[in-house]
Amino acid sequence: MFKKDITPGAKSKVKSSAQRAIRAKVLEQYPLLEPYIDDILPKKDQLDLVKLPDRVSLYTLGSTPLFFQHMDDPLLPHLALVHKYPDCFHRLRIDRGAIRFVLSGATLMAPGLTSPGGRLPNDPEDEEGRYGKEELAPGEVVVIEAEGKENACMVGVLKMGTEEMKKAKKGQACEAGHYLGDGLWGLSLG
Amino acid sequence: MAEPTAYPKKVLYCGVCSLPPEYCEFGGTVKKCEEWLKSNHPHLHEKLYSQEALEQNLSSLSLEAQKRAEKDAQKKAAKAASAEAKAQAERASSKVLIKRIERNKRKYVTAVQGLEHFGLDIKKVAKDFGKKFATGSSVTRIPGGGEEITVQGDLSDDIYDYVIETYKDVPEDNVECVEDKKKKAAG
Repeated sequence: MFKKDITPGAKSKVKSSAQRAIRAKVLEQYPLLEPYIDDILPKKDQLDLVKLPDRVSLYTLGSTPLFFQHMDDPLLPHLALVHKYPDCFHRLRIDRGAIRFVLSGATLMAPGLTSPGGRLPNDPEDEEGRYGKEELAPGEVVVIEAEGKENACMVGVLKMGTEEMKKAKKGQACEAGHYLGDGLWGLSLG
Repeated sequence: MAEPTAYPKKVLYCGVCSLPPEYCEFGGTVKKCEEWLKSNHPHLHEKLYSQEALEQNLSSLSLEAQKRAEKDAQKKAAKAASAEAKAQAERASSKVLIKRIERNKRKYVTAVQGLEHFGLDIKKVAKDFGKKFATGSSVTRIPGGGEEITVQGDLSDDIYDYVIETYKDVPEDNVECVEDKKKKAAG
């Protein structure tokens, strides 16, 4: 989505009613964020909406980006937020070989997740249960971590269910929404 | 990895490429990132760039994939380096022109060109000029393409000082004050 560097458009304040709606939506989508919601979206503070190219809108609090959204698609968390609250999202892991493709903005392919270095939910090698037990359906928002790295490198929307991925082991798995080093990452909010 | 979770987690970002340091190796500016980390966070540097860590990184890939990745990385590094060199050259060669234009006898406007080469948002700068000098200040298109800032009043010397004072990215030698090119000599 943000392969090229982007220039932010108009910045406007979010109405407090709309702000409540966003808060509710965030909680609905990411119930695990509940304990921290007051840190992320304080009730009193003024949210800003920054318009980005291609009908993407970005919600920010001061100069920290929080969530972005393409038209009325689900809210996606900004990676800086993911880094702060890594456990609150559905996570998958890719193997080392796939990192460089992801960081140059490629669509994530299934082999990167199914190979030994990758992790899907219910993975036999995932002893801690870090990657969850539930299979995920297409359309879910996932955070992509990488083998041997602590922090997440991408946020995207699943194109294929995880169950199907395990069977097919090929094809596009996850659309690149926002990755480390992309235009949204490099965006500076004055 | 599974440390007790105290939120929000603080993540360190590299000062060179802005990624978390563990991802620097994919950014194309590895050398610089490594140096930055070494001087700023030696502890982490040791962890990330130790011999063991490097070897472990390599061992998890097949030989062929390693070669491909290496080639790719080299290409990326070269690209990043050349882009940077280009940007720097442009920066060195581009000039900020402060022009004093006679509008009417004894009335002047001041036009400032070229600030955008130094990574400044000229719209914002125009606003700042207006505030600082308490005059009208706007961004206007110029016939040759591009934009310039037009400030009302004869402010060329003040703007010169202000630009050098506030925008440290702009080297003093690159700022130039000129009279209007038209033959009308200033009064």
